[in-house]
Amino acid sequence: MQVQSMHFKSRATMKLADARLQKNLTKLADKFVTARARALAELDDFEGTRTAAVERRNRALAALDVWLEIFERNATARGATVLYAETREEAARLVVDIARKHGVRKVTKSKSMVSEEIGLNGAFAAAGIRPVETDLGEYILQINDNEPPSHIIAPVIHKDKEEIAELFARAHGTPRKDAITALAREAREVLRGHFLSSDMGISGGNFLVAETGSVAIVTNEGNEGMCTIVPRVHVVLTGIEKVLPTLEDLATLLRLLPRSATGQSITNYVSLLTGTRGAGDPDGPEHMYFVLVDGGRTGLVGGEFQDMLRCIRCGACMNHCPVYQKIGGHAYGWVYPGPMGSVLTPSYVGLENALDLPQAATLCGECHVVCPVKIPLPELLRKLRERQFERGLRPWHERIALAAWGYAARRPSLYRVASRVAVRVLAWMGGERRRIRALPLASGWTDHRDFPAPTGKTFHELYRARSGAR
Amino acid sequence: MRVGLFVTCLVDLVRPEVGFSTLKLLEQAGCRVEVPESQTCCGQPAYNSGDAATARALAERVLRDFERFDYVVVPSGSCGGQIATHYVDLFRDDPDLKARADALAAKTYELTDFLVNVARVERLASDFRGTITYHDSCSGLRELGVSAQPRRLLALVPGAKLVEMKDCRNCCGFGGTFAVKFGEISAAIVDEKCRNIRATGADAVVLGDLGCMLNIEGRLRRIGDERTRVLHVAQVLAGDA
Repeated sequence: MQVQSMHFKSRATMKLADARLQKNLTKLADKFVTARARALAELDDFEGTRTAAVERRNRALAALDVWLEIFERNATARGATVLYAETREEAARLVVDIARKHGVRKVTKSKSMVSEEIGLNGAFAAAGIRPVETDLGEYILQINDNEPPSHIIAPVIHKDKEEIAELFARAHGTPRKDAITALAREAREVLRGHFLSSDMGISGGNFLVAETGSVAIVTNEGNEGMCTIVPRVHVVLTGIEKVLPTLEDLATLLRLLPRSATGQSITNYVSLLTGTRGAGDPDGPEHMYFVLVDGGRTGLVGGEFQDMLRCIRCGACMNHCPVYQKIGGHAYGWVYPGPMGSVLTPSYVGLENALDLPQAATLCGECHVVCPVKIPLPELLRKLRERQFERGLRPWHERIALAAWGYAARRPSLYRVASRVAVRVLAWMGGERRRIRALPLASGWTDHRDFPAPTGKTFHELYRARSGAR
Repeated sequence: MRVGLFVTCLVDLVRPEVGFSTLKLLEQAGCRVEVPESQTCCGQPAYNSGDAATARALAERVLRDFERFDYVVVPSGSCGGQIATHYVDLFRDDPDLKARADALAAKTYELTDFLVNVARVERLASDFRGTITYHDSCSGLRELGVSAQPRRLLALVPGAKLVEMKDCRNCCGFGGTFAVKFGEISAAIVDEKCRNIRATGADAVVLGDLGCMLNIEGRLRRIGDERTRVLHVAQVLAGDA
């Protein structure tokens, strides 16, 4: 997917002005935030489970290469082929090559954010292979001229039922239907034919289990089974960091993933897929491949951003983010939006291509509070700001203002004089009503709110006067 | 008890009356309060802007100014959180400074937390006429666990009736320089906060941080709300509101 993160500000402005989107985004709080809180209350010990999840993910990441090798050995023993891709381009090439090798004309896809990362649908189209998205949300986006998803687990959260009804009528050439069940039925009818005529299925992978060589996938719609079991070839496309040592690790993470994501105790389907169709198996793919993507991930191993690799892609951080709740996912300009995306995008596509993302956060800390694997997202965003500052990747006026303020703040007597002058000027600007309606260099503030003016003297000034009078 | 009052730069500049209410509350609680003259800022603006060197220099200054006290009290969860939770990170590579930062962190308190859990205040010489709603500021809430303390103290104020707003724990959209750099997004967030405040019909929104205070008051006035008062919790508790 092409990076558009450098246009964050102008995109955010557009999204804020989009009344329909604003209404649709209220679903986040109403649906996900409330549902998550309720689902987590079912756990006897959420904090303990969270701590265990952190330990288990950390154990996997501490010896990532070792667990990947064990995974590879066990997956290969069950007839699968494990391939690694260092770059996004290489990953897309590997998947297209697999399709070519097996004479594939149509590919059915279960939901995969890594496939967005590597721009797989574009690569397929260029190779004359037809990809069909079968997750309902992803399908809606695909028939809407390949619109990108705006959320990692609810890709069409930015649309309402009416938009989808219009789109279906237009794309399918059918009479417009308003009931959600009727729309879902229509999608199923279209997709059923694709499932049965597909040569190759592609799925993501929520986790890879090293001790069994399996992929674990959580879904709700049932389309994943149709993609992974029905076609001749199944390709699992996921990131190298998704490996877990054991099934026990998986059990712990499954207690947290659906609850944190959709607020479900468990998803409708939890699939654990291991190897190709064996002798006597009634179904299953003849060929199974794992394409495990690096795409910048090893760059985080062993560094100060390693915590980010624990991420289990639940989306809780964006659902609870005050910024995401107001602008939605498209403004962020790449695959991963919200707080986790503001750390991942600069890490994977370059800090210089995503200058606004680490800054576009209030650092309110809610993302850290809700993260099931305790990723210190505000801290990581702050560390990215440090990298920007060190590399001079901030505007000159900001650097000058910060330097001038820093110089004064380190020199108390100078600071006292400067602050006495400042409060007098600001008090004068505030006039009788004690509010400032326009401030040079701070129009970002005063375009939208008044600045409550100071009274004219600083606390320290008044305090010294008072102590002197005592 | 010898208490060092860290005034905070925003109280010093914009709302000195909050500093005096804080002083009054601490003195009424029996503390011997000192206000070190060489204090400026906790360094949070530099820290959050990625300028770690300036943040460290300012943190060292706060250490020098305040480590001699039994307690350090801050009328702000944000600056209190900076001292109590982030200085340790700033000095992670310097064992001596880190040890000093740890010691300072252990005795640094947000005002209401100090009044409830250290000074054990159970009576207040205050009164307030009207309904109030309390906004939980992010750093105080999530870094220092300040939530029950202000409510417990507000319940001691005769005449003050607390009405909780929807999503009182949600961010107001201030975020330091975020409010200037991303003014539009910040305004959309504070708008929702203002709607929730106004929906309670409260006479005043009470909070514990100057950043949120300026943001919320600024937006309320800009949208024409002249009625809802925006007060720091110290002002209400001290009877200065």
